[in-house]
Amino acid sequence: MLKIYKTITESAGPLLVVDGGEGVKYDELVEIETQDGSIKRGKVLEAAKNRAVVQVFEDTRGMNLKNSKAKFLGRTMKFGLSSDVLGRIFDGAGEPKDGGPEVIVEKYLDINGSPINPYAREYPEDFIQTGVSTIDGLNTLVRGQKLPIFSGAGLPHSKLASQIARQAKVRGGEKFSIVFGAMGITFEEAEFFISEFRKTKVLSKSVLFINLADDPVIERITLPRIALTAAEFLAFEKDMHVLVILTDMTNYCEALREVSASRKEVPGRRGYPGYLYTDLSTLYERAGKIKNKKGSITQIPILTMPDDDITHPIPDLSGYITEGQILLSREIHNKGIYPPVDVLPSLSRLKDKGIGEGKTREDHSGVLNQLFAFYARGREVRELALVLGESALTEVDRKYLKFADEFEKRFVSQGYLEDRSIEETLILGWELISILPKEEMKRVKEEHIAKYAKNKAD
Amino acid sequence: MEKGKIKKVTGPLVVAEGLEDVKMYEVVKVGEDKIIGEVIRIQGEEVFIQVYEDTSGVGPGEPVFLTGQPLAVELGPGLLSGIYDGIQRPLKSLMEKSGAFIGRGIEARALDPDKKWKFVPSKKEGDKIVPGDILGTVEETPNFLHKIMAPPYLKGEKLSFIAKAGNYTIEDVIAKAGEEEIKMSHKWPIRDPRPVKEKLIPSTALITGQRVIDTFFPVAKGGTGCVPGPFGSGKTVVQHQFAKWSDADVIIFIGCGERGNEMTDLLTEFPEIKDPKTGRPLMERTVLIANTSNMPVAAREASIYTGITIAEYFRDMGYSVALLADSTSRWAEALREISGRLEEMPGDEGYPAYLGSRTAAFYERAGCFKCQGSDDRKGYLTVVGAVSPPGGDLSEPVTQNTLRVTKVFWALDSSLAYKRHFPAINWLNSYSLYDQNIGEFLEKEGGSGFNDYRAKAMGILQKESALEEIVRLVGVDALSLKDQFLLEIAKIIREDFLHQNAFLDVDSFTSLKKQYFMIKTIIEIYESGLKEIEQGKKIADILGRALKEKVSKMKLVKEDNLEQFNLIK
Repeated sequence: MLKIYKTITESAGPLLVVDGGEGVKYDELVEIETQDGSIKRGKVLEAAKNRAVVQVFEDTRGMNLKNSKAKFLGRTMKFGLSSDVLGRIFDGAGEPKDGGPEVIVEKYLDINGSPINPYAREYPEDFIQTGVSTIDGLNTLVRGQKLPIFSGAGLPHSKLASQIARQAKVRGGEKFSIVFGAMGITFEEAEFFISEFRKTKVLSKSVLFINLADDPVIERITLPRIALTAAEFLAFEKDMHVLVILTDMTNYCEALREVSASRKEVPGRRGYPGYLYTDLSTLYERAGKIKNKKGSITQIPILTMPDDDITHPIPDLSGYITEGQILLSREIHNKGIYPPVDVLPSLSRLKDKGIGEGKTREDHSGVLNQLFAFYARGREVRELALVLGESALTEVDRKYLKFADEFEKRFVSQGYLEDRSIEETLILGWELISILPKEEMKRVKEEHIAKYAKNKAD
Repeated sequence: MEKGKIKKVTGPLVVAEGLEDVKMYEVVKVGEDKIIGEVIRIQGEEVFIQVYEDTSGVGPGEPVFLTGQPLAVELGPGLLSGIYDGIQRPLKSLMEKSGAFIGRGIEARALDPDKKWKFVPSKKEGDKIVPGDILGTVEETPNFLHKIMAPPYLKGEKLSFIAKAGNYTIEDVIAKAGEEEIKMSHKWPIRDPRPVKEKLIPSTALITGQRVIDTFFPVAKGGTGCVPGPFGSGKTVVQHQFAKWSDADVIIFIGCGERGNEMTDLLTEFPEIKDPKTGRPLMERTVLIANTSNMPVAAREASIYTGITIAEYFRDMGYSVALLADSTSRWAEALREISGRLEEMPGDEGYPAYLGSRTAAFYERAGCFKCQGSDDRKGYLTVVGAVSPPGGDLSEPVTQNTLRVTKVFWALDSSLAYKRHFPAINWLNSYSLYDQNIGEFLEKEGGSGFNDYRAKAMGILQKESALEEIVRLVGVDALSLKDQFLLEIAKIIREDFLHQNAFLDVDSFTSLKKQYFMIKTIIEIYESGLKEIEQGKKIADILGRALKEKVSKMKLVKEDNLEQFNLIK
């Protein structure tokens, strides 16, 4: 029996207070019928004996409290799924947005999901070749990982994400299905992705969830959950390998802050709610692989760091949950280098199990560490050269300087359509390493130097 | 069982009424699904409950049941190689009951009640006993003797019955003191420290095989340490290395608000890693508590207490136990979240005002103890907590409160991590307050002059950082030859001693003896080099390519071949 209440007593932003709600359950779905008969949906944030706080997903503008009715549906929010969702576009409430028919549902799933039992997880270790040297070579992505792109306003993160979506494959050639969730992005950005997906024929294997900047803010909170529910369905019920791209997580967090503020909660850092970490983890942790299931979920969330500040709560808390980060740098972008990946603070935590013999190549880990160490030193030398002038450098330091320049020009920089295989990336790496004399090569194995280095003479 | 009613639900906090006999910190079962919660505040009629599972779909009017028990862990044979969630439910049973995703309201017993253990008594009928006395032993895993102790709450003084050697389950009565029955397992509330006879000053070092830790910033057996680090600075790797290599008898690892995949890494890796001492899988001396970041927040709060209570139980047997908590910041955040929902007055950054006292109380459970029992055995509990300061800002409340009570500080530095210098422990900011207590121990175990070499190496590193400023301004050539030589040596210390590759088998663990030889070699090269400079020799001649290469290969010298060090000079 559904209960309908006409006792909506308070409205503040997206929140409503319904009095006398009996038998209301926490987190259950609510339908609000406004005075003109239109339906808005919401969910219960607080269930008390004779009072329920309801968060409305759409705008509450123009709503008359006296003549509106709240109907408690007795179930938590679910999303209806079947293989037909591939190739479709939905909004943040899970309604079709592409003018197509309703999806014939095979299964309804709770959008909040359940935590994966760590005991049931399988450790991610299958190398994904993205065709981007800075990722494959230095910050290797593996299947089941969550690796965000930390970017800034105006940097080409969308371009990089779409390049990855186009090129990503597992060795052996298996391609990915894409679940794309856009929260609060502009129409142009959304169009960019849709047209790119269409051009490269990825669209037919993709599910898109789009909430534009002028769509209801609250739907930004449900959107990634619905998207991930779809991803879980495809991965764990349909055995697909799913790549989830979520953009822009910053907008998601802003929406969360908005709701928290209107609930008058005690704020944590910079006004974000104290549970931001927990909340983000319930999204990011839905990536992974499960024992005895074929599919997997790999996540690439994108977030723009406010004022390029990596210590801002959003990138900071994300970094603590995700397994590394790809950091885009304005400085490198301004040099005209694409993709402007700053490799030093970038990191993939799961790379070690995904590289080496049998996965990529035996020398990969050595090359990776050597390139990092050389480039770090090269950057230091570059700063030194700024102060002292290049002529004051020692001979070895001048080589380091050359290394840093060449590294950025040839290794980091690559074309939007350039799909480099891991072998090409490693060969390039050895070419660069060979700029320096052998006794500096402390991180690569002797036998690999003999086998791969360009300049074998000492 | 008394029954009350739910009045309000918001996230992990449930308010109930109609529970008159309720006690603080009592375990209750909430709602139709009987999900587990703990009473954290009583206000007149209202009882505030933090719930250890997801509360979606729970609403007012549903029943709440009292259990009369505080939140407790079950202690007995079968704990080792266990993998539990924050309230000691085995993850394996959870998977068997609800599949790959964790369901709700599932009960799972911590120890297997049917498994038979081979009990060997060490007391006989009529013996006088006190709490803590060892009644017998069980070989829980090969090489690990689980000691069955008289429980701390025992009142009887004389054994009226003890079972013969044989196979028993944890439910069987294996001894009686008067009329009191003693089984191989008992329960202990997680928020009460287990009693001991006396707390002692720690005087031995916990060897971890990590050069920067053992040589420069050692931690005592029974000491406390803190690893703060921004993300990506290798905090977790340091903890894992510690768990793998430290010479503790038992390791308790608490993944508190950790990444799911990282826990899985431990779960798959630990059974494969061999304990360097016994050659058996490391898992056989480990208990894992895994409460990943997306698992319910209240269970995260409980997880560190669950872990330390289990640790104390093994300590009571007279073992050296190392507890690693990664990360206590997540525990503090769980406190903050619950506190916010209780509408308590917030302190710094929204954390509750009792954060400091709770943190201190947790770390005080570490130490070197004279255990209960008539044989005066010693037990050690070393606690190392990781903190994850937001934005790497060490002035934040969790780090500050932790630093106030811990004695070792391993300052992880992301700029070192960017250079792939691991472990990324900054040698200038870190400290250990134990070097006085355990200096003697290091001299004895490492070699004579150990402390002296360490102090000299530290001096070189500190001088290096001062000289670097000058180099930045005027270039290397402006320095005196001696200073230039010092910079070369400092580089060797950094790259060939402090840098340690966790993924390279020979380098992953370095014994104290080898560490001694390594640091001794470097300092001797330095001191003889200084003399040669005075005699007018060039740096390039003293520190030629061949010698440099030899020194850089020092870390590859095998542990059973340490005399090779004599060949270096």
